[in-house]
Amino acid sequence: MTGIYLDNNATTRVDPEVLAEMLPLFTEQFGNPSSMHGFGAAVGGRIEWARQQVQALLGAAHDSEIVFTSGGTESDNTAILSALEAYPKKRSIVTSVVEHPAILALCEHLEKKRGYTVHRIGVDGRGNLDMDAYRAALSDDVAIVSLMWANNETGTIFPIETLARMAKDVGALFHTDAVQAVGKIPMRLADSAVDMLSLSGHKLHAPKGIGALYVKRGLRFRPMLRGGHQERSRRAGTENAPGIVGLGAAAHLALLHMADEHTRVRALRDRLERAILDAVPNCFVTGNPESRLPNTCNIAFEYIEGEAILLLLNEHGIAASSGSACTSGSLEPSHVMRAMGVPYTAAHGATRFSLSRENTEAEIDRVIAVVPGIIARLRALSPYWAGAGAVPASFSPVYA
Amino acid sequence: MWNYSDKVKEHFFSPRNAGVLDGANAVGEVGSITCGDALKLMLNVNPATEVIEDARFQTFGCGSAIASSSALTEMIIGKTLDEALKLTNRDIAAYLGGLPPEKMHCSVMGAEALRAAIASYKGEAWDDDHEEGELICKCFGIDAAMIERAVTVNGLTTLEEVTHYTKAGGSCQTCHEKIEDVLEAVLARTGALKPAAAKPAAGMVGLDAIKPLQAKEPAAPPKLTNVQRMQAIMGAIEAMRPQIQRDGGDVELVDIDGKDIYVRLTGACSGCSQSAGTMMGVQMKLVEALGEFVRVKPASLLAAGG
Repeated sequence: MTGIYLDNNATTRVDPEVLAEMLPLFTEQFGNPSSMHGFGAAVGGRIEWARQQVQALLGAAHDSEIVFTSGGTESDNTAILSALEAYPKKRSIVTSVVEHPAILALCEHLEKKRGYTVHRIGVDGRGNLDMDAYRAALSDDVAIVSLMWANNETGTIFPIETLARMAKDVGALFHTDAVQAVGKIPMRLADSAVDMLSLSGHKLHAPKGIGALYVKRGLRFRPMLRGGHQERSRRAGTENAPGIVGLGAAAHLALLHMADEHTRVRALRDRLERAILDAVPNCFVTGNPESRLPNTCNIAFEYIEGEAILLLLNEHGIAASSGSACTSGSLEPSHVMRAMGVPYTAAHGATRFSLSRENTEAEIDRVIAVVPGIIARLRALSPYWAGAGAVPASFSPVYA
Repeated sequence: MWNYSDKVKEHFFSPRNAGVLDGANAVGEVGSITCGDALKLMLNVNPATEVIEDARFQTFGCGSAIASSSALTEMIIGKTLDEALKLTNRDIAAYLGGLPPEKMHCSVMGAEALRAAIASYKGEAWDDDHEEGELICKCFGIDAAMIERAVTVNGLTTLEEVTHYTKAGGSCQTCHEKIEDVLEAVLARTGALKPAAAKPAAGMVGLDAIKPLQAKEPAAPPKLTNVQRMQAIMGAIEAMRPQIQRDGGDVELVDIDGKDIYVRLTGACSGCSQSAGTMMGVQMKLVEALGEFVRVKPASLLAAGG
């Protein structure tokens, strides 16, 4: 499959250098790190090397603060369940309406089945957290606050340090789902009030099925998976050694490319965005353009539907993603678009382009060349479209 | 990625009969922007022969919605109205080589648009359906009659299938119990769990063949007098104002014209990018308060005569 891949917030290609680091772990260094022989010891050394790479990427004080997991979802679940078990008298959780389902579905379960009070903080039209509501939700009954560092759909960044300090002021633990932020935003957790942080390998050019949870030293922690003593008994189960080494290599590369992410990738994203906004009428950027991941651009095209846009882009070999109802199998546009109050006329046409360091200028030029035609083609079919800048066509169907 | 048939892809990438049909004498408009698909079907019917001589469509929606619309026009051009009415959503799906279960509602939308267009040609008020059938899904505005048709024509047996075919219950889920009631009533009447295909096709005269339930147990809400209705609308809007005012905006009732409720958004709401979402919220509250389907429109449309 070749083409122009602009869906890096969904998943990324494994970097060939990452793969090269991983391959020996399958057939040569295949031992179990818990074993008392040379085969095991060799693998153990590689895992500790990987741990140090992740530590460096996060700016963590100690490598022992990194717990390897199967990915973002496991890290998120572990963090929240650990906090609740460690502080059983506290019965409240604070999170936001725009979190990933890994957080939202768990919180809903805890609310319905275990009687926890869940505060879901809203956002404004640009995806910024409602700080007054957040302040009001904080109390000494809150076991854990879980807020995402950067939103997967819009790239909007929350002021994590401020939010974490506010949580600490009421004695709550602070967890952040940083799956989209790690590798794209410089971090220094050693000086941070963040207690726990989730990251996922496949969002930063490591393979799927590997991730990590940062757990600040000294934090009261209760494991979700119990069994052997792996990961200092914080995550039982024989280590996914190839995945861990892949994540380590990817973390190492992410740190090296961080500057590129904030200069070249950001410039490509901005150029793509500017060109589309200039060439296509009736579209706008969703989220907060001033506080945003450098690789993400989410544009809502009015009066057309996202799946149709993606199918036509795919014909040109361009891979993007949509918050439309039809692509998700659900019947409503994305919860993030709805939380921001993006009108239905535009929410269904929200299209996300997420770049990576592997994208080139030529690719972006190609996308810029085809997008306006695709949008015009679908608008010509739309009963709502009445021309650029015009009031939408008077169309009020039955059952609406 | 959806597993679309080649025929679906063909009709999506090269839609037939797309665009506006000038001088159309039968128009059917179904769907909604809320649920992400809407279809305007325009027909040119020969008054002497009742033959559909031309058909065009405009569709807001996903790949299979556009393909279903395109296929529908191909299928009905050259047919008489009576022949066209025999088409069901199953025929549209079959013509396209099948649709994924989650996308069957696209074929239902096509069949409903055809019914609506023919009703408009015959001068029947399609809107009246909402008064016959109880409004079940308030989020997407789906009434009992439409659910009954989809269940009967397609031999549906579960709530999940009903949602796939009509979208009903796909949002807030509060109507799931009511959908199950409708489903049970239809199954009890039709001998249950027998797919429609097993029944003799000859007896089926299109979607219109399905009559509303005989005994309507869940009686429609008591009919309000005009004054009561107006008071209910005013009360519901009044109840919403504090929340809207907290965001620095306001909403005011301007006029009531049958099912069209005209409101004006002021303060921070006017010109706000979220105003359409606010209007939608007002509409949902009003539908809830009145127990009937209404459409909330900006007062600016009233001034424009629209």
